[in-house]
Amino acid sequence: MNQTTTASLAPARPPARRRGSASTARLLTQSGVVAGLLVFAALTSFPVVVVVLSAFSPESEVLSWPPNFIPSRFTLENFDGLTARIPVFAQSWNSFVFAAAVTGLSLVFNSLAAYALARIDFKGRYVIFTVLIAIMMVPFQALLVPLYELISDIGWVNTYAGLVIPRAADVAGIFLLRQFFITLPRDLDSAARIDGASELRVFWSIILPNAKPALLTMALFHFVNNWNDLLWPLIMTSDSSVRPLTAGLALLTGSATGVAPYGVMMAGSLVAIVPLVVLYLLVQRRFIEGVAMTGMKG
Amino acid sequence: MTSVQPAYRAPRRLGGGIPPDRSRQIARHERGRALRATAFLAPALAVIIAFVFLPAFSALRLSFTDASGFGEESWIGLDNYVAVFTDPATLRAIWNTVGYAVMYGPLVIAVGLGAALLLNRKDVPLRSFFRTIIFLPFVISMAVASLAWAFLLDPNLGLIPYWLGKVGIQMGDIFASTTWALPAVTAVAIWKNFGYFMVIFLAGLQGIPRYLYEAAILDGAGAWRQFRAVTMPGLRATMTFVIVFAIIGAFQAFDQIYIMTQGGPDRATETIVYRIYTDGFRDFRMGFASALSYVLLVITLALGLIQLRIGAKREKDLE
Repeated sequence: MNQTTTASLAPARPPARRRGSASTARLLTQSGVVAGLLVFAALTSFPVVVVVLSAFSPESEVLSWPPNFIPSRFTLENFDGLTARIPVFAQSWNSFVFAAAVTGLSLVFNSLAAYALARIDFKGRYVIFTVLIAIMMVPFQALLVPLYELISDIGWVNTYAGLVIPRAADVAGIFLLRQFFITLPRDLDSAARIDGASELRVFWSIILPNAKPALLTMALFHFVNNWNDLLWPLIMTSDSSVRPLTAGLALLTGSATGVAPYGVMMAGSLVAIVPLVVLYLLVQRRFIEGVAMTGMKG
Repeated sequence: MTSVQPAYRAPRRLGGGIPPDRSRQIARHERGRALRATAFLAPALAVIIAFVFLPAFSALRLSFTDASGFGEESWIGLDNYVAVFTDPATLRAIWNTVGYAVMYGPLVIAVGLGAALLLNRKDVPLRSFFRTIIFLPFVISMAVASLAWAFLLDPNLGLIPYWLGKVGIQMGDIFASTTWALPAVTAVAIWKNFGYFMVIFLAGLQGIPRYLYEAAILDGAGAWRQFRAVTMPGLRATMTFVIVFAIIGAFQAFDQIYIMTQGGPDRATETIVYRIYTDGFRDFRMGFASALSYVLLVITLALGLIQLRIGAKREKDLE
């Protein structure tokens, strides 16, 4: 099912060389392609480079015309300004707790459910599956109002529980894992069952170890999506003691003087993206393969 | 390949020759399986029922009331829905969202496909380096992307107006322009997301057999003809998935609008979700926000059904 994906990510084969004008034409298209890719790469990396450079630039230079691409000196004053405006360490911790807790819980809950749908042959499976498909299409943005009312009735506004528990399982995650579990050969578990292994044992020591790539991909998605989320934490938290960084950063845009404090904003942005960029660079292959997988199976 | 594969296998018929005690045994096994399946499904289903299924019904109920989040709420019938479709500001938000989707969908797909076509060539050096850099914005939050682009485009401080000014283009404040603010917030989303589409197209391109290209070359087809006759038909499956996916995503636009424009200037960038947020959580018109939520829900469901239909039809065609 995933051959196409893996193939697309295989390292480039060395170019086949031909002689004469054919190779000149080839060289020309090749340089055209490289030029095109350079344009794309510049477009995607330029704003990120600006964030990094401006974060370390003196605020007076960030807020001056003409703008400097490269600051005249590097300083940490924007980070001082950042810690003075928002509790950036606490909010980063909140982001981490929120993203990690959702990731952990939803991996457990989703994989349990996916296992039942993929590997247990029970009556009513079709009904549950159909209802889940319908639910999967409901956009969470359409449920914000009743969700807020529900969370505030429970008393979970401004708590980690309020942020995390409603996201502890999700239909799309269940489907992706189910699609993966289905591809594992049946013989794997029937052998164990004949030996008298319980369902939980089959799940834990046979299916899960064989599904590590899918689980890692799901973990990455959950972590990144929740770390980056704005709307949900914006609504569920007003108190900085639980408010994640993305929602905290949004408050930086306003300022008493009317001039947006861009230096501080860029410092905050840098704090928010560094963990994810590092994570991405470490496991980018898995990440990109995972995206290709969701696209193919959606 | 398609979005969803049927999970259902018809239950095995009990043959007439099976003795009664054996069939009781089978029934007991089936009950056992159902019980174990329930146990495995219970935690996830509890979360989904409590936080998706039931809220979907509460939203429907709220949409027929004048709920404000405080005090009593009374039933007002279809008034909220009438308001959604007659209030000029709300209609404008719906119209803006459609405009956003119409710009976002084709452009994010075209840019993503363009990058994928370049990156798909085997004879390009540093392919994985390029792929890593081009996909990078996808892991950056829309909030951060919005802050960065707001800075870059700031008419008084930004590098882009400055550089454009140097070559004689006066850009002005695009976020103060009712014409350009919506394209600008759309462009930020395209910048952030096209890498995702690129990766999906790359996977699709890899699925096109090489011999088709070789045959086309033998027939004397040039690059454009190869693209039209081999690449595009080969990507049809990917394309239908991606188009609906992009449009559904466009209907959920919020983050960059909240950070860059707050819906302005003069409501030019207000979208459906932005209005759900401001009506529900700033102006406490929760009944009205719920009605608008249901409009969003119905649009999304309709798009999702179209996707399922196309997927099912394609599967049938393939058989």
